[in-house]
Amino acid sequence: MSTPQIPTPLVKIENLTVRFRGAQTVHAVNGVSLTLEPGKVLGILGESGSGKSVTLKTLLRLLPESRTDIGGKVSVDGRDVLALNPQDLADYRGAVTSMIFQDPALALDPVYTVGEQIAEAIVRHEKTSMKAAMARALELLELVRIPSPARRLKAYPHEMSGGMRQRAMIALALAARPKLLLADEPTTALDATVQIQILLLLRQLQRDLDMGMLFVTHDIGVAVEVSDRLAVMYAGQIVETGTVRELIRDPQHPYTKGLLAANLHGAKKGERLEAIPGAPPALTEPPDACSFAPRCKFVQDRCRAALPPAVQLGEGRVVRCILAEQALVAAA
Amino acid sequence: MTLETHPDRGGAGTPLLQAKTLTKHFPLGGGAVVRAVDGVDFAVMKGETLGVVGESGCGKSTTARVVMQLLPQDKGEMLFDGEIVGGQALTLKEYRRQAQMVFQDSYASLNPRLTIEDSIAFGPTVHGVSKAAAILKARDLLQRVGLDPARFAARYPHELSGGQRQRVNIARALALGPRLVILDEAVSALDKSVEAQVLNLLADLREEFGLTYIFISHDLNVVRFISDRVMVMYLGEVVEIGPVEELYGDPRHPYTKALLSAMPSMDPDNRTMEAPLAGDPPNPINPPEGCRFHPRCPHAQTVCAKVKPILATMGDGVRQAACHMQVPGSGHSHAPALEAAA
Ligand SMILES: Nc1ncnc2c1ncn2[C@@H]1O[C@H](COP(=O)(O)OP(=O)(O)OP(=O)(O)O)[C@@H](O)[C@H]1O
Ligand SMILES: Nc1ncnc2c1ncn2[C@@H]1O[C@H](COP(=O)(O)OP(=O)(O)O)[C@@H](O)[C@H]1O
Ligand code: SF4
Ligand code: SF4
Ligand SMILES: [Mg+2]
Ligand SMILES: [Mg+2]
Repeated sequence: MSTPQIPTPLVKIENLTVRFRGAQTVHAVNGVSLTLEPGKVLGILGESGSGKSVTLKTLLRLLPESRTDIGGKVSVDGRDVLALNPQDLADYRGAVTSMIFQDPALALDPVYTVGEQIAEAIVRHEKTSMKAAMARALELLELVRIPSPARRLKAYPHEMSGGMRQRAMIALALAARPKLLLADEPTTALDATVQIQILLLLRQLQRDLDMGMLFVTHDIGVAVEVSDRLAVMYAGQIVETGTVRELIRDPQHPYTKGLLAANLHGAKKGERLEAIPGAPPALTEPPDACSFAPRCKFVQDRCRAALPPAVQLGEGRVVRCILAEQALVAAA
Repeated sequence: MTLETHPDRGGAGTPLLQAKTLTKHFPLGGGAVVRAVDGVDFAVMKGETLGVVGESGCGKSTTARVVMQLLPQDKGEMLFDGEIVGGQALTLKEYRRQAQMVFQDSYASLNPRLTIEDSIAFGPTVHGVSKAAAILKARDLLQRVGLDPARFAARYPHELSGGQRQRVNIARALALGPRLVILDEAVSALDKSVEAQVLNLLADLREEFGLTYIFISHDLNVVRFISDRVMVMYLGEVVEIGPVEELYGDPRHPYTKALLSAMPSMDPDNRTMEAPLAGDPPNPINPPEGCRFHPRCPHAQTVCAKVKPILATMGDGVRQAACHMQVPGSGHSHAPALEAAA
């Protein structure tokens, strides 16, 4: 054991494309590649419709298969996710990868108690009695710091407050000890004082349980609180990745720069906001140029002629913009 | 006919709007009552923007709907430029021309069967403006909110993006030439990049038309950017009011302090280590006795559970907070000494 091992990534997505067929074809994800190391948190930041949720759902194969075309490779913990057969998929969901949502109603069934649902999820994956599963469900409610957990075990979701339901959903997601937690805007609907509680809880659970986490949000501040690294999405592509520090202190892509300016953090009255003009594109065609070009103040002819290159600026630091390439050439 | 503009009656020193002990309760049946707005006092000066913040259910929208008189209050009254709203000198119909509201859901507030120019022209025609004049005005307003009338006037709401629809809603609110515009989460559904455009627009329109805003939002960064003064609500009551930078820089009410420190930090080297409050905000059905914040307040003492703190004016006269720690002789050990107040 003398040669240092390069850790195998927990998640490796290569050139993922997702297209929905229908009256209007939607090119939701257009060549996404990303990796996540075990036990790390990658924040995926983007505006509504940029393809964040679709990317996460692909990792659990939750998209409607009959009218969805998926291309590329998705591997999680060594499994080829897109190739899993129904039995392997059932074993994989929950036990390797599980997911929490903005709306807990998507995860919690209104007709069963919280305890029943968590215990059922445990029994589905582990050979254990219902009684032992209930005992572990209680531990899980303690882990997510639900007050009076023994009583809450017997409560129905509608009997809980918003923040408590969010905690119950997290407990359910952790039931089968996943290695990867997918979080899709889990705090977006919460009040400020509850949001920070849930963010701190997720940060701690992720660390204590050594889980990898992909955390999707449109809120930069939220992403900074939980993430090690960030990926910024625009029109179904990742336009910039790096550590949280790199992205916040030294954003390179014009869209990332615009988003940071528009976040208004510390903006004072009377200042003019540097707004990005226009709106994101409709995704009816696959991109054949920089998708941000119609809104970019640095746009050049080349940006409209071909897809900009994914420029590698350093280990895990990638910017999809010709300016980054030109800067690199100039520096060389 | 066009709508004449509204003269300033009371002068610059008279608030544009004064709300006095506004109260709105919703009976739920079985004797339970939601005390959505419970004795709220505030004033909005001419040309200023009053930001309103607080957690879900604290009564922001109900306050807005009562101020708009979309809901009648149970108690209290409002003065608009010194006149009682709904009184002899200022009828409700006349008031409604001068106060307009923009909501969060840009889609639900527009009639899907009307083109956007017809939507904007609708209000003025109801108030007796000819259709032709109202359409001219609508096109002018579209131009001013940044939508080229040649491209957009004949479109229907579903043919617009969320940001464009919200611009239409703003144009529609301005069609009657209001003096007061209430914006209830008006930019909250927009993406960040589009939100910044609409905020710039709101700042421009405020200058251009001499508007006064009440700006309700859960986003504390946005409120800081747009407001002159900020009002913080908790469980149907006002807990603090003050100039924006003073309130953000030195919050006087423990709830304001907690709300501000719950904001994500934005600094990767200085992430939040501890949540300022535990649990969820309680609901306004059975609010706690005394100070409504006392079950969650880190500074609560015996007096807090018994006596409701008044909204006390502090030092320089521009700040108010409803906390026993700010009131000399309140019985709270952190209250200023009585002599110091004299
Ligand atoms: N028509 C109604 N009947 C019964 N209760 C109501 C009604 N309208 C509002 N409420 C209640 O009154 C309280 C205050 O509601 P309000 O809509 O003013 O809150 P808010 O501060 O605007 O919240 P949010 O941030 O979620 O918009 C809430 O508890 C709400 O459920
Ligand atoms: N099941 C679906 N069928 C058709 N289009 C979809 C479906 N799910 C998502 N989309 C579209 O894919 C694009 C990306 O969606 P999504 O990933 O949900 O965005 P977000 O970044 O807001 O999470 C959007 O245009 C959305 O309307
Ligand atoms: S590739 Fe061109 S258009 Fe795209 S972000 Fe870079 S400079 Fe702007
Ligand atoms: S009055 Fe008492 S309980 Fe209320 S905020 Fe002040 S110190 Fe806290
Ligand atoms: Mg989404
Ligand atoms: Mg509201």
